[in-house]
Amino acid sequence: MQLDANTSMDLKIVSLISVGKHPTSGRARRAEQDGRAVELGLTLAEAGRGKQNLTVLHAGDSQQSALRSYAGMGLESVRVIQLRESADAVSPLTEYLRKHVPDIILTGVRAESGESSGMVPYLLAEKLGWPVVPRIANIVSIKEGVAEVLQALPRGQRRALTVRLPFIASVDNAAAEPRQSAFGPANRALMEQQQAGSETDTVRSEWSELPARKRPKRLKVVKAKTAADRFKAATAKPQGSGGKVLKDKTVTEQAQAIFDLLLEEGVLR
Amino acid sequence: MSDSDYSHILRRDPRGERIARNRLHPLHSTVAVQVAETLGPSGLLRKNPHAVGFIGPNGIKRIDRLKGNAIAITGRRNAQSSQEVLLPLHQVSEPDFTIVVVPDMVGGRLTAHDKDILGQAHQLARSMEAGVAGESTGAGAVMAVVFGVSKEESFDKAGVDRLLLLDGAEYEGYCPEQQVAALEQVEARLKPEYWLFPDSVHGGTDLGSRLAARLGERPATQAWQMNTETTICRGASGSTDITRDTPRLLMLAQECANPVDETRHEALSIEWAPVQAVLPELHDLGQVAVDPNAIPLAEAEFILAAGNGITNWEQFHATAKALGATEGASRVAVDDGNMPRFRQVGASGTWVTARVYLAVGISGAIQHMQGIGQCDKVVTINTDAGCDMVKRADLSTIGDAEKVLDELINLVDTYRQQALHNQNGEKEGAKNAA
Repeated sequence: MQLDANTSMDLKIVSLISVGKHPTSGRARRAEQDGRAVELGLTLAEAGRGKQNLTVLHAGDSQQSALRSYAGMGLESVRVIQLRESADAVSPLTEYLRKHVPDIILTGVRAESGESSGMVPYLLAEKLGWPVVPRIANIVSIKEGVAEVLQALPRGQRRALTVRLPFIASVDNAAAEPRQSAFGPANRALMEQQQAGSETDTVRSEWSELPARKRPKRLKVVKAKTAADRFKAATAKPQGSGGKVLKDKTVTEQAQAIFDLLLEEGVLR
Repeated sequence: MSDSDYSHILRRDPRGERIARNRLHPLHSTVAVQVAETLGPSGLLRKNPHAVGFIGPNGIKRIDRLKGNAIAITGRRNAQSSQEVLLPLHQVSEPDFTIVVVPDMVGGRLTAHDKDILGQAHQLARSMEAGVAGESTGAGAVMAVVFGVSKEESFDKAGVDRLLLLDGAEYEGYCPEQQVAALEQVEARLKPEYWLFPDSVHGGTDLGSRLAARLGERPATQAWQMNTETTICRGASGSTDITRDTPRLLMLAQECANPVDETRHEALSIEWAPVQAVLPELHDLGQVAVDPNAIPLAEAEFILAAGNGITNWEQFHATAKALGATEGASRVAVDDGNMPRFRQVGASGTWVTARVYLAVGISGAIQHMQGIGQCDKVVTINTDAGCDMVKRADLSTIGDAEKVLDELINLVDTYRQQALHNQNGEKEGAKNAA
């Protein structure tokens, strides 16, 4: 991590955290992606002046014990905006962020409980008028108020982006794994409660929520008109529609044909 | 009705049959098949085994026990079976409402996920046309908004009624802000009934979320079952089902509906005034070079796989490095100790999903073919033109793998050097201009 001397002095980072849910047991836990967001925030803060530049923020219930597992990563305090379970978190968060004006906001991509629509970074960005960088793997450098960010793409690829501070980023699973949570510091950490006015999420209260049903497997329907076609569909080997075969061509021509196809598909970088 | 509709029906010729049965008929010699037995010059009876029988309608040889007195059926039926059926064309001349689909277009082509969503869009359009309580809303069109250069040729078969292709220079690379500006213009001008996005890591989720935040719509994400009234979507990272009213903007999961396969569509291009260029806050610096062998084989995009036909392994590794491809291997190559076990592709190894699979010296055992079932483009270098891999491949070269790979390395090296040269030239040009 390379930080510019001028900007790192007053670089304020906020990591937004939520309560995770273990995929098998369903117990509350530290969420995978939010843990990574805190980890990235801690690394950024440590590269700068110190940990006090990082605020870890949660909107919800301050009594939730899963929040302690974030604090166990070496945080002195976790700030919690006290909300009822049915409340909408976006407007109190926006209010808080407008008041404190951080430089970087880090979130997970999708929450592990609730609606998990992944809309929070986008809604905050829209309300604050900031750019949003989805699915980042790392922040490479911050120089003169411009951050160079590595974005995680499917198939293990990375894309480099530059974005001017302040910005919101959601942290992908490709980012560095969160450090271990220690029990003692977790218990000693301070839960700074804040009261905030909030509205009930009325739209959501009309929805019905059930444990996930197993999705039906897609059937392979053969729409053959004759018995011969059906037989062929059932027995034939999967085959391409007949490709180009280069036989009795010179080596140069053959290699050129392969090269052209690779170039056309855009796999040569 | 055209002639081709009836051409598969087997037609009998009763008169011909009658003439063939009657050996005294004056035309009998023209209709009856020549007998394969002749008297040789020495008076010996000669049988020609190749002339025995005839080719039946299924392409199978039949031996005629009626001594040529039955007429041969002409093989029209055989020609028909391989002919492609032309699907009926679905036309919407004046759409009363529009459903907009924004496909991912990975590599410039519609993905299976995109096709499912187009299928879902048509289901929605049909049920809206049928109307609620007998009240019809008129005919609807499914419009696809495609950004960047498109290589897709079968928009019509995938179910695109209207196509908005935005391939200007401002849509190159990663430009979500510009794309959202264009979609906003679509919203302002067409007021689409539904916005459908694929909920995928290829950019569909990102774009859908951006548009939802901009329009102030509350989207349904990970939706897997929907109609005009209710939508079921996965919540809490896939562990709950949320049943809710269908919103205007949806991000749909994979296999949400069946793709269109019974109709053809017009895929009419729409004239669109150029969208004003947005000053982007995100600047794309392009993709970063990643060590291809660090990418898990199952999700690698470009795989160079080696089989029994490889003798020069150093050259193979050099080729993989030059091409920037992830290495794979067939079972033989692994069993012989030339490649590690975790590189094995196939039924007992990894099932790969590469977009381009370059197989060198692999004949294509069925277990291997299963492993590459999801690959988009298969290219093979092989010595045997009749092997299964050549049948599966989109491009096959028959020849010595070592020589072809050598030539390929040369080509890639010159290409890389040229690209580097051009870049330096541009930089110097910029310096001179400054």
